[in-house]
Amino acid sequence: MSNATDNPRRRFLTGAATVVGGVGAAFAIWPFASAWQPSERAKAIGAPVDVDIAKLEPGARITVQWRGKPVWIVRRTQETIDTLAALDGQMRDPDSIVPQQPDYARNRYRSIKPEILVLIGLCTHLGCAPSHVKQGEGALGADWKGGFFCPCHGSRFDYAGRVYQGVPAPTNLEVPPHRYIDDTRIVIGQGQETA
Amino acid sequence: MRAMLNGLLAWTDARFPLSKLWNEHLARYYAPKNFNFWYYFGGLALLVLVMQLATGLWLAMFYKPDAALAFGSVEYIMRDVQWGWLIRYMHSTGASAFFIIIYLHMFRALMYGSYKAPRELLWVIGMLIYLCLMAEAFFGYLLPWGQMSYWGAQVIISLFGALPFGIGEALALWIRGDYVVSDATLSRFYSLHVVGIPLLLLGLVAVHLMALHEVGSNNPDGVEIKKNKDAAGVPADGVRFHPYYTVKDLWGVGVFLTLFMLVVFYAPEFGGWFLESANFVPANPLQTPEHILPVWYFTPYYAILRAIPDKLTGVIAMFAATLIFFVLPWLDRHPVKSIRYRSLLFKGALMLFAVTFILLGWLGTEPPTPFKSELGLRLGELYFLFFFVLWFYSKERSVRFGYAIFGIVMVLMVIADVIRFDASKQMLILTSALIPVAYSAIFLLLPMHTRLNESRAVPERVN
Repeated sequence: MSNATDNPRRRFLTGAATVVGGVGAAFAIWPFASAWQPSERAKAIGAPVDVDIAKLEPGARITVQWRGKPVWIVRRTQETIDTLAALDGQMRDPDSIVPQQPDYARNRYRSIKPEILVLIGLCTHLGCAPSHVKQGEGALGADWKGGFFCPCHGSRFDYAGRVYQGVPAPTNLEVPPHRYIDDTRIVIGQGQETA
Repeated sequence: MRAMLNGLLAWTDARFPLSKLWNEHLARYYAPKNFNFWYYFGGLALLVLVMQLATGLWLAMFYKPDAALAFGSVEYIMRDVQWGWLIRYMHSTGASAFFIIIYLHMFRALMYGSYKAPRELLWVIGMLIYLCLMAEAFFGYLLPWGQMSYWGAQVIISLFGALPFGIGEALALWIRGDYVVSDATLSRFYSLHVVGIPLLLLGLVAVHLMALHEVGSNNPDGVEIKKNKDAAGVPADGVRFHPYYTVKDLWGVGVFLTLFMLVVFYAPEFGGWFLESANFVPANPLQTPEHILPVWYFTPYYAILRAIPDKLTGVIAMFAATLIFFVLPWLDRHPVKSIRYRSLLFKGALMLFAVTFILLGWLGTEPPTPFKSELGLRLGELYFLFFFVLWFYSKERSVRFGYAIFGIVMVLMVIADVIRFDASKQMLILTSALIPVAYSAIFLLLPMHTRLNESRAVPERVN
């Protein structure tokens, strides 16, 4: 056996070891990265929520929690429903083209029943919780028809959760999947299709 | 006794480079003899880092990283732990002090061209430290689990949600570990705040110092002292770091600690700038505070984000405003380092940049009225134009080139204004456009027609 170095063989072994080791290291990242995904418990807590709206008065809003997020349920008055069509021209997405709602809520009212509005109460800009500002309240001017105003960066939404033009929020507020069990009970987090 | 100690040193030196390290980094590290006030901040940053590590270590002994317990455990530290209030106020004040020092340290580099060859890498490492510091501050701010902690984190994590093709939402979910900011988020931020980022920071600081001691310190004259060495190979304009600068820095430490402890004792909230009042209310995922804003050291970037009426563009501009510093050594190629010998126009541009940064910081804390949003946008334009001017000043430019560049800047600005045009703000947009137009005219056109952009001769030796 000679003492001469077999350089090609050495290079091949170094290269092969680097590749195998590199692939192994790459795979080792997987569990560490996956650990940051929502845990099974976090997903389980995301189960649907039952809400009784029998006592919800016209013009009022209640907030419930689903997947930790605030979900609003608003019983709109007939006057506010009537203002929606007139606001189309000031909206960024008046016909709800962007899929921010289930198909069964893709209509003028962005809801199943015209008077009951269900929305996820987080601004589509950076996730703050907008406040409910009725017509004539707050400092939004005489033209304000009522709706939602985000205090963080000034985004405005109408009574169907549609975003006004010229504000930072890019899309309408999200309508969560929901369905009616009967006239006064809503399930948040479960769509009509799956019922 | 002395012989014994010398013997011990010799024994150690044969096994560990103790004397070698001491000499290379302190006793025989030759720093320029003309350091001024601005050269205090590197050492002070190191002091604050040590202080944050020590107070943080102690806070971790009493704090509970659990959404149900966190807020109460901070109150416990403040009220029941012996001297807990002092340790916590030192830590919270230390965070703001750290950023004040780092911003002054960076401004020093801008003034004296300390990022220029051969110190580009030193600057880049410093920028990495700055990014780590921002991450550390952001993670730490969630821990008290107050209203501002919660909604601040919600807003900043949502920034990543702006990325297109569904990547953004998936990324935001991955960072939070839940559908909203929750206990999962708090626990991982705690882990990153007390272990992950501090380790990175310490490593980067060590690398920063190694790079500095390899290339040698810059100085207010921007003269390389290594070019003039005496017979022994020692820079003629250098003095030993220890004892000369260690003693000078100790004096600075004395002044700094006096001011620092005055804040800790008498104004730890600093009028809401260091600790925000909304954070004395426990986090409530269903209600955003009326007026949410980040702590002061993030507000210049936050103002830029808010001023742009498009989510993704705003997010990109905000990150670009931070990351543009990384390429500074390659943008500003002007051969003269120090502001002392650079032109009047450069001096003006740099001072205006400092003013812009401070004004943006103030705007970021104000409610976004149309006027203030518009002002934020114009100041954001000046922010980026400054870097453009630095590039433009890198060498002599012909008159034709100058006007072409000026024309391009104007066209880009008009395009941006047309895209975002809003009839209700017509007057505001047209009037405020004068700000960037005047800025570009002064800094891009005056060099062509006046002698205001002429540098002075740089001396051979430091003054």
